[in-house]
Amino acid sequence: MLQFLAKRLLYAIPTMFAVSIIAFIIIQLPPGDYLTTLMADWASQGGAVEAGTVAAMRERYGLDQPAYIQYYKWIAGILLHGDFGMSFEYGRPVSELIWSRLGFSFLLALLTLIFSWVIAVPIGILSAVRQYSIADYCATLIAFVFLALPNFVLALAMMYAMSAWFGQSVGGLFSPEFIDAPWSLARFWDFLKHVWLPVFAIGTGSLAALVRIMRANLLDELRKPYVTTARAKGVSEFALLMRYPVRIALNPLISALGWILPAAVSTEILVSVVMSLPTTGPLLLRSLLAQDMYLAGSLILLISVLTIIGTLVSDILLALADPRIRLQ
Amino acid sequence: MTNTAIPAADVLRDPRANELAVAGQWKLFWLRFRRHRLAVISLVVVLALYLVAAFAQFIAPFDPNATNARFTYAPPQYVSLFYDGKFAPHVDRLAMTLNKESMRREFTKEADQPVFIDVLAPSEPYKLLGLFTVETKFFGIENAERGDSLYLFGADRLGRDIFSRVIYGAQISLSIGLVGVFLSLVLGVTIGGISGFFGGFTDVVIQRFIELLRSIPTIPLWMGLAAAIPVGWPPLRTYFFITLIVSLIGWTALAREVRGKFLSMRDEDFVTAARLDGMSEIGIIFSHLVPSFVSHIIATLTLAIPTMILAETALSFLGIGLQPPIISWGTLLQEAQNIRAVAQAPWLLFTPAAAIVIAVLALNFLGDGLRDAADPYGATS
Repeated sequence: MLQFLAKRLLYAIPTMFAVSIIAFIIIQLPPGDYLTTLMADWASQGGAVEAGTVAAMRERYGLDQPAYIQYYKWIAGILLHGDFGMSFEYGRPVSELIWSRLGFSFLLALLTLIFSWVIAVPIGILSAVRQYSIADYCATLIAFVFLALPNFVLALAMMYAMSAWFGQSVGGLFSPEFIDAPWSLARFWDFLKHVWLPVFAIGTGSLAALVRIMRANLLDELRKPYVTTARAKGVSEFALLMRYPVRIALNPLISALGWILPAAVSTEILVSVVMSLPTTGPLLLRSLLAQDMYLAGSLILLISVLTIIGTLVSDILLALADPRIRLQ
Repeated sequence: MTNTAIPAADVLRDPRANELAVAGQWKLFWLRFRRHRLAVISLVVVLALYLVAAFAQFIAPFDPNATNARFTYAPPQYVSLFYDGKFAPHVDRLAMTLNKESMRREFTKEADQPVFIDVLAPSEPYKLLGLFTVETKFFGIENAERGDSLYLFGADRLGRDIFSRVIYGAQISLSIGLVGVFLSLVLGVTIGGISGFFGGFTDVVIQRFIELLRSIPTIPLWMGLAAAIPVGWPPLRTYFFITLIVSLIGWTALAREVRGKFLSMRDEDFVTAARLDGMSEIGIIFSHLVPSFVSHIIATLTLAIPTMILAETALSFLGIGLQPPIISWGTLLQEAQNIRAVAQAPWLLFTPAAAIVIAVLALNFLGDGLRDAADPYGATS
């Protein structure tokens, strides 16, 4: 197990390094460097820029130097000082802007995972045990439609339905009076009242995929001879199902976390933009449209790194659940 | 291909028997595919969609960019087939009044004033497929007068016909899937082939790289890349770059599939025979290995198209993919970006969304059917 853990950790490091390079390239993509944009911005607001300030910032980010030194200065600033650079649009350090939004993003992704798992497993089991029944056909049909429906369209449609039929305004994670309030029971209740809609909109895609996987795996297991043996020995149908085939069929579902987490994070961004949630999605879109590249790059970096860590955790969970994995 | 590649084997084989054997494989494929009813229906739907896209100018009754200030946000008009007991497809004429309080146009249907639909209606001459000059549209308004309108899917904020726009949007959205898949095919087969054929260190490096790409959430990555496309670029170049960005992820699934096949086949007798004959490795890959799993590739490619359509839609919807005046299903959804727009004109959201769902659903079912037909044991992952 230790060996497996060490190997996975060792794999994660070059992945994170590669992700940081991708984020750095994205920062560099728009024409002109960061300071030219900043100075143009200040100049447009009528503010004079002191030559000393510009020189100091040029030195700080190494803008006159080759790309690899710029990269080194950028990544060293992040790793050693937690300095992600400045957001020129907000005029504040990036690190002040992102943490609470990242928190909500991953909270949403986590809730989505729990939601899709809790719903997908029973539906998948039902679908497999009663193969070709009406319930199975319905589950299959709904799963395919949800797979084909872009989640942001679903989010918009749900918001439309809520406001048109129930006269309820939706969007955001809190009612206006709770947005800046400290956490309390009332605020938590308000959060729960708002969060189910985005969780549903984000989760349906992965939910549908999980149902399909669970159904296929369980069908494979149900045809195996040990099931017949157990049945012949008189084990009750329900106990038999839960004790053996379901447990085995769950393993691929755990490994599916590896791609469902990135997918949930991706979808969360789209849905957040539509529902204007206080997460990374709207901030990332705004920063990209305004070419506020240090903010955008940092967001992309952090979202990716946290996803990699999440995937790592899911790998470890799988190894704990399935001894075959860690012995490979 | 076999004729030039291995002459020695050709001598041993009766050329006609060889032909039969090849035909047999595809015939088996087709027979297996035909059993999958949903996939066959989907194949028809997919072909129909691509036909509609190809003949968009003929099928769309109006110019997708023609505005009409009188009919901003006009609701969809439903077609009735009979009038006065006779077959005469028509819609009810829309009467517009301006609500002074909300400053919005309100439309009422006037049931006694039909607007008749002319099938194969005469039109201004236009070039179909850029080749033939045609003066007929599939349908249009019969003897159009001022105030007549035919908005099957409603109108947008400029009074443009959503139906025509959805039809034209199919051209861009469906072709992005095809072009993107072609790029993925080249990348996936080359990289996956190298990975599986050479194995060892090369394989480890490539597999790690693929895992890296798959572990990054795609939307932020796409957004970052797409946002770097300068706004001033000509539409065609933007289109190409968006396609490129979208296919950056799509090729990984294909590469894995191809690698798996290579790994299982590289020690087969026919590969060894070709190698002993002194054939180059690249030659073996392209004339022996690739043809042997072409059906798998087709299935995986079909399943990749919907992903790309959805990716383009998402990017364009956010405003960092394709930009108006390009018409795609994504840029159409851009009009329905916030809940206020949707509340005022729900058809802005639901008609392009329906087109997307139908296309993606049909392509998914088709891909599933092809995969089952290519692989009788269903062993794919």
